[in-house]
Amino acid sequence: MEQAPPDLERQWQPAPLEPLGHADAGLQAAVGEEAEGSRDEVPGDGTEHALGLGVLMTENNFGLKKIEISVSEAEKRTGRNAMNMQETYTAYLIETRSVEHTDGQSVLTDSLWRRYSEFELLRNYLLVYYPHIVVPPLPEKRAEFVWHKLSADNMDPDFVERRRIGLENFLLRVASHPILCRDKIFYLFLTQEGNWKETVNETGFQLKADSRLKALNATFRVKNPDKRFTELKHYSDELQSVISHLLRVRARVADRLYGVYKVHGNYGRVFSEWSAIEKEMGDGLQSAGHHMDVYASSIDDILEDEEHYADQLKEYLFYAEALRAVCRKHELMQYDLEMAAQDLASKKQQCEELATGTVRTFSLKGMTTKLFGQETPEQREARIKVLEEQINEGEQQLKSKNLEGREFVKNAWADIERFKEQKNHDLKEALISYAVMQISMCKKGIQVWTNAKECFSKM
Amino acid sequence: MEGERLASPARSSGLPAGGAGGESPGVDAPLLGSSGSSTLLQAEVLDLDEDEDDLEVFSKDASLMDMNSFSPMMPTSPLSMINQIKFEDEPDLKDLFITVDEPESHVTTIETFITYRIITKTSRGEFDSSEFEVRRRYQDFLWLKGKLEEAHPTLIIPPLPEKFIVKGMVERFNDDFIETRRKALHKFLNRIADHPTLTFNEDFKVFLTAQAWELSSHKKQGPGLLSRMGQTVRAVALSMRGVKSRPEEFMEMNNFIEVFSQKINLIDKISQRIYKEEREYSDEMKEYGPIHILWSASEEDLVDTLKGIASCIDKCSKATEKRMCGLSEALLPVVHEYVLYSEMLMGVMKRRDQIQAELDSKVEALTYKKADTDLLTEEIGKLEDKVECANNALKADWERWRHNMQNDIKSAFTDMAEENIQYYEQCLATWESFLASQTDLHLEETSEDKPE
Repeated sequence: MEQAPPDLERQWQPAPLEPLGHADAGLQAAVGEEAEGSRDEVPGDGTEHALGLGVLMTENNFGLKKIEISVSEAEKRTGRNAMNMQETYTAYLIETRSVEHTDGQSVLTDSLWRRYSEFELLRNYLLVYYPHIVVPPLPEKRAEFVWHKLSADNMDPDFVERRRIGLENFLLRVASHPILCRDKIFYLFLTQEGNWKETVNETGFQLKADSRLKALNATFRVKNPDKRFTELKHYSDELQSVISHLLRVRARVADRLYGVYKVHGNYGRVFSEWSAIEKEMGDGLQSAGHHMDVYASSIDDILEDEEHYADQLKEYLFYAEALRAVCRKHELMQYDLEMAAQDLASKKQQCEELATGTVRTFSLKGMTTKLFGQETPEQREARIKVLEEQINEGEQQLKSKNLEGREFVKNAWADIERFKEQKNHDLKEALISYAVMQISMCKKGIQVWTNAKECFSKM
Repeated sequence: MEGERLASPARSSGLPAGGAGGESPGVDAPLLGSSGSSTLLQAEVLDLDEDEDDLEVFSKDASLMDMNSFSPMMPTSPLSMINQIKFEDEPDLKDLFITVDEPESHVTTIETFITYRIITKTSRGEFDSSEFEVRRRYQDFLWLKGKLEEAHPTLIIPPLPEKFIVKGMVERFNDDFIETRRKALHKFLNRIADHPTLTFNEDFKVFLTAQAWELSSHKKQGPGLLSRMGQTVRAVALSMRGVKSRPEEFMEMNNFIEVFSQKINLIDKISQRIYKEEREYSDEMKEYGPIHILWSASEEDLVDTLKGIASCIDKCSKATEKRMCGLSEALLPVVHEYVLYSEMLMGVMKRRDQIQAELDSKVEALTYKKADTDLLTEEIGKLEDKVECANNALKADWERWRHNMQNDIKSAFTDMAEENIQYYEQCLATWESFLASQTDLHLEETSEDKPE
């Protein structure tokens, strides 16, 4: 499998190059329903800012053109699938706006609907053509790590909403990646509604895909992998394992917390009923009960916010897979290289044996020669010639494989460094935002219970 | 018997399955990947099942003995009895101090039982000494309660903790159970001591002071078990009659008792449930924190942040345990005591009705029978006095009880609120200091998203 060179055909303008300062306030106008609780993302190589409201600003070298991408709506649709059976699915509206730097106005340049499977297609394509890149992951296909309140149903509005945000995040990540953003198929994904699927398939990327990459269980005996990739693979395994565990337990914690809050809500109703028979205590009971209701219902917002935090962690859970894919690609390239080298060495040896007439190693030919008589000098010459040609070819191939391998390692590692910085930044921010959420929850709790205490003390 | 099926009205009041107020559509969603107890939450939570029916609420002894048969010191005329019933406690003049402690297990060939040490300190003249120490078992407490009810059928006798709790008990005598019971017994005796009338009861004095053998022989006096049992059927029949002729104020009282009983039972269940949920929350938090430490092992740049979060979670988990402790000390025992009180109150109402019914039946007899009119008239006279005493006793005690209940409930819930405030304040401080440490180290990370 050859590595696709950066193909000019597949590039498009604009490309992110120049670092940007702080965004103009005007450009932060919300585009459709945006992510709650602004999440500052700094994907890419740190030279662009994605503004909290799902807005990305990029600049190209052809004039200061800024692009905003958003997944602004989700809609239920029915249609017919490949087997001509009726199905229901959700379609997402992708809007692209270009922003004039001078006056800050944004103009809608493109708007089209895509469904999840098309996002998957785009990603699979990127995986094939950019194997050295840590390709941003998609939001989960099915709801995992649910706790009892969340539905596992893909059509559930909360799930759809969180997926909408996740898909937007995916597009922003791709658009702010220095290399991926130039891809033409990606550009067409944003701009060409009809026929896009055919265009992707026409690239023949499925054929180019190395099926061995998907064979996760197969191990390749690689003698000299780059140690950094081996370490990276271990790291990605650990990352995946620990984040899964964290998300599982978090879901259980959320469940319990929900229980604590909601049971308090029952006080509200019972106090209210009780207050009917009490003369002096009545008012106090009634108003305390109201505060219990407030307390019980406050958990819904709190846990919704936490769900967004969980989504941020999930993204890096899925990123672990993307990391592993790059490592795997390196392994395979290294394996092919070693196999080719081995093959070349054995051919050279064969050639040498034929030329000198010595048989150093056991070979079938050697045996049959002994048993059935030697071949003629002409036959031998012919064979030597064939082998010499093969050896030449092999040496060329080995050289180019070596080159490819080194290029791959260099490029991949550059992207991995970029990824590491992004990851450290994003995770730290997510963890801090978690602390912020807890603080908010505590403050609300203090408020409610202080009010309740006042009511109780007046009883 | 009314005392036992309080769970039924509780269920019919129908709490919504999603908590008070709005229901979320996701409540009945399938539970993928969540723990089994989540199912429990949906089905049960606010549905409050009835399998928490505890036993034996008040003694079977509902006989109508004359009020003062075992208290020779108490006068028998109605007037003097009214004077006896004080309307207010006099806390400054407290002269009887009782403690219940040191539970001890006793094993015999027949049974195993627990005794509790009771220490009484008093300055009262009628006590032979100023300090007493005795050991009593639960049966003895039951006996005392029975005697008090006999002597004062329409006074509100403090409730005893239940005999035993079937649900959720592994063994009959685990430490928590014994401790809870000990505290309740302590409360029981002190409430009697604080009661203006009951505090002078002779059986009470014997209970506090007599040695084991003395108590046994004292117990043997009085009507036997059989005669008390024989009263039961008659008592039921009578009480039905007494309900019909109940005066207005007692109708109101009864209405209050019914509603109160329902509500306090619900509150008891809610409070127990909250305790359980908090316990499980705390347990999950204990697992949650360390995962962050585990993670920090593979993330060089995030070590401080991750460890910081783990530490915060641990501290919050401890704060939750403290909150639970507060709940189980301040709120749960009080609420539960009033659950038992509400059952007690129903018994008191019944006994009052029975006394009244006895009068009514004699009056009726008078109108029909012409013979023995003199005898009947005399009996009616006595019964009228009896009814009047009973009613007055109840009325006065009722006011006192209402007043105490208000204070106890107010105090218990105020304490609970305070516990919660402290819990959240503690957690807030923990997280805020973590956040401060993070933003101090990396000033450029301070985004516009500072906590508002």
